[in-house]
Amino acid sequence: MASEMENKYVIFKLDEEHYGIPIDNVLSIEKAEEITRVPNAPEYVMGVINLRGEVIPLVDLRMRLGIKLQEYNKNSRVIVASMGDVTAGLIVDSSSEVLEINREDIDPPPKANSDECTEFLSGVGKTSDRLIVLLNLAKVLEY
Amino acid sequence: MDLDLNQYVDVFVEEAKEHLQGMNEALLVLEKDMGNIDIINEIFRIAHTLKGMSGTMGFTNISNLTHEMENVLHGIRNNSIALNEDIIDIIFECFDVLEYSIDFIASGGQEDDEDHQDLINRLRSILAEDSLDREGGNQLHEGLDNVDEYVLKVLEEARIRGLSSYKIEITLDANCILKAARAFIVFNILEDIGEIIFSNPAVEDIEDEKFESKFTVIFISQVSSSKVMGELNTVSEIDHISIEEVDRDDILGEMADLDNEAIESRDLEKDLLRDGKKSKIIDRNNIMGKTVRVDIDRLDNLMNLVSELIIIKTRMDELSQSSNKENMGEAIEYLERITTSIHDAVMKVRMVPIERVFNRFPRMVRDLSKELEKEINLRMSGKETEVDRTVIDEIGEPLIHIIRNSIDHGIETPEERIEHRKPKEGTITLNAYADGNSVVIEAIDDGRGLDGDKIKEDAIQKGIITEREGELLSQEEAISLLFTPGFSTAEEVSDVSGRGVGLDVVKSKIESISGSIEVDSQPYKGTKFTIRLPLTLAIIQALLVKLGDEIYAIPLGSITEIIRITVEDIKNVYDQEVILYRGRTVPIVKLREILGLDDVEKMKEHIVVIVRKGEKQAALLVDDLIGQQEIVIKPLGKYLSKIDYLSGATILGNGNVSLILDVNSII
Repeated sequence: MASEMENKYVIFKLDEEHYGIPIDNVLSIEKAEEITRVPNAPEYVMGVINLRGEVIPLVDLRMRLGIKLQEYNKNSRVIVASMGDVTAGLIVDSSSEVLEINREDIDPPPKANSDECTEFLSGVGKTSDRLIVLLNLAKVLEY
Repeated sequence: MDLDLNQYVDVFVEEAKEHLQGMNEALLVLEKDMGNIDIINEIFRIAHTLKGMSGTMGFTNISNLTHEMENVLHGIRNNSIALNEDIIDIIFECFDVLEYSIDFIASGGQEDDEDHQDLINRLRSILAEDSLDREGGNQLHEGLDNVDEYVLKVLEEARIRGLSSYKIEITLDANCILKAARAFIVFNILEDIGEIIFSNPAVEDIEDEKFESKFTVIFISQVSSSKVMGELNTVSEIDHISIEEVDRDDILGEMADLDNEAIESRDLEKDLLRDGKKSKIIDRNNIMGKTVRVDIDRLDNLMNLVSELIIIKTRMDELSQSSNKENMGEAIEYLERITTSIHDAVMKVRMVPIERVFNRFPRMVRDLSKELEKEINLRMSGKETEVDRTVIDEIGEPLIHIIRNSIDHGIETPEERIEHRKPKEGTITLNAYADGNSVVIEAIDDGRGLDGDKIKEDAIQKGIITEREGELLSQEEAISLLFTPGFSTAEEVSDVSGRGVGLDVVKSKIESISGSIEVDSQPYKGTKFTIRLPLTLAIIQALLVKLGDEIYAIPLGSITEIIRITVEDIKNVYDQEVILYRGRTVPIVKLREILGLDDVEKMKEHIVVIVRKGEKQAALLVDDLIGQQEIVIKPLGKYLSKIDYLSGATILGNGNVSLILDVNSII
C-alpha cells in the first residue's frame, strides 16, 4: 500500500506549467476564502485562513517560486500541505488531478543553472504527454 | 513475548506514577512516624503492585528491585527487621531509582539497562544483617545467597516457635487459562493462614505466568496440614495438591537445586527479552503524548450535552424548512445555552488539581532541609484547586525555584532562629485557591525576610541601578529589584539555589503564561510570594480593536485603561511621542506603523489603549474599538512562529481569523 502511495502526486498548474507534490503530504484542497493579512510576515505569506477551526497560513506559490504574479480567480485553489509539524496552504492557479508517476520516470532536477529556483525542485516527472515539476516541499515550507 | 505490550506502556506509566506518588507520600509519613504499621503495609502494597505491573510489562529491572524492597518491607512488617533511618534512606533511594526508571520508560517505551545491583545488594544486606543480629551469627551456609539464608533462619525460628513447615506442591488444571490469577488466589489463601517463605518458580515468575502448571511453595503456619489442604481445595481448576511436612535439611538440598534451575531459566528469559527489546526500540521512538485523567462523571456530562446539541441540530433543520422566525430565535437561544455548557464541560475535562505540582514538594523540602541542616515544616492547603492542564505543566518549575530559595536563603539555621526567638522549626506554607477567573498560589516562609537596603546595595554594586536611583526607591520597589535579570542575593552560592538562574527567570516564565508574581516581605518575619495564574490558557477575554479594515485582539489582562486623547496631548521627548497618563509619561505605539498599515491623515482625537507589562506601560493608538469578547486562542503554527508582535490568532463569530497582539513584545 505504502509503496503504491509514494508514487502518487497531486498535480496543479502555475502559468502553463504542471507541478506535483506527493499525495501523502496533501491534507486537502480548498477554495481560497476570506484571508486575514499577517503583518510583518514574509511577503509570500498572503495571510491566514480559518480551515475548519484551525488557523492555517497561506503561501502564494507563484511568489515563493519567483514566477510572475497573477490575480486570483475562480480557478484558484489552496492545497493544504503538511511536512513534519508545519502545515500551510499553497495558493495555485488550478488543481487538476492525481497522477501516478513511476520512479524510473523521475529525473533529478536540472543542475545547469544553480539559481535559487532549482532548490525548490526535487525532480522532474515524465508522463506520456507532458513534464511535471516535482516540488521539494520541505524547502517550500521552510520557515 | 508474543503479546505486543507497547500499547499498554502509556497506561503502565500513568499508573506507576500514581503508585510512586502514593509511595512518596507514605514514605514521608513513615519517616515521622516509624511505628506506623498501616503505612508500612501501604508501602509494601505499592511495591508489590509495582512489581506485578512491571513484571507483566517485562520490565525486569524494576520488578527485581521492587521484589527486594518487598522482602525488606515484609521483614519490617512482621517485626523481624527494626526500621531505622538508614533503611528509610535506602527505600527513598529505591524510590528515586524507580521514578527515574519510569520516566525513562515514559520517554522511550522501554526500560533502561541499569539493573540496580548495588541497591539490591544493600536491601539484601539489610535482611542478612538483621538475621545475623538475631541469631547471634549462627554458622553460615556457604554457597547460598542471603535470601536463602533468610529462608533458613525463618524456618529455624518457626521450629523454635513451634510452627509447622510444609512443602506444598500444586499442579494446576491443564485447561486453566489464567494460571497466574489462579496461583495468586492460592497465595492469598496461604498468606491468610500462614506465611510463604519460598516459592519455586519465584513469585514474580508466577505472576508473569512463567511456569508450566506446577509450582512449589514452602510455607510455615500453625495450622495442621489437613486444614491447609481443606483451604486449598476451595480453589477451582487445581489438578493436584501435595502437602508434606518438612524440616530444614530437606529444604536446603531442594532449594539449591531449584535455585540453579530458576537462574538458568531466568537467564534464558533475559536473553529473549534483550532480543525483543531491540525491535521495540524501532517501534517506539516517539515521546508519549500528554494525557489527562478524567472523572467519568465529567465525560458523561459532556456526552449529555453533545446529545442535546444533536437534538437542537435536528430541530434547526426542521425550522429551516418552515420560516417561523420566532421559533428560530428560541432555538438559537437554546443552542447558545448548550454551547456555553459544553464550553464549561470541556474546560472542566482539561482541569487537573494542583496537587500534581504540589505533590513533589514534601520530598524536596525534606531532602533540602536535611542537606542544609535546617528544620522545616511544609504546610500545604488548597491542593484540590483545579487548574488547566497547560498551566500545570508550566508552573512546576517556577514554584520549585521559589521554594528552593525560601529554604536556602529564607529560613535560617535552627541556631539562628533560636537566637531571634523564633520556633526552631521553620515553616513554609503553600496555599492555592481560586479567585474569580484566576488561581492564586502563595508561597510563604517565616524566614529572615528580604532586606530592601541590602538588595539596593547589591543592585548598585552590580550596576543594575545607580546610587541616585537607589535613594529614590521605596522598600517595596527595592524588593522588586529581585526580579531584574542578573540578580542573586545569596552571599555564598550554594548547590541548592543560585544556579545562575534568578527570580527574573521565574517572573518571565510566569508572565509567559499570562500570570503575575508579587513579593511581600518583612525583615525577620518572612517572605510571601503571590502568583496569580489564569484558569486556562486556551480561552481569554480580549478587546477587539479596529485598524483600517483589520480587526485585532488585545488580551484584556494586559489592558489598564482605554482613554481618548487629542492631538495636543501628544508630546515629543527625544524623538519619542509620549502622553502624560496619571502623572507618568507613557510612550505611544502607533499600531498602524508597526503592523505595516498606511498612516491615516491626522485626526483631532485618538483612541488610546493603555497596556502594561510589569511596571512598563505603553499607549497603543487604535482606529476604533469593537468591544470585549471571550476568544479562543489558536496557535499561528510553526510556519509563522517567528512573526513579531503577534501571539496567536482567534476565529471570530463570522468565521474570519483575527490576530492577537502580543503586548509583551510591543512594549
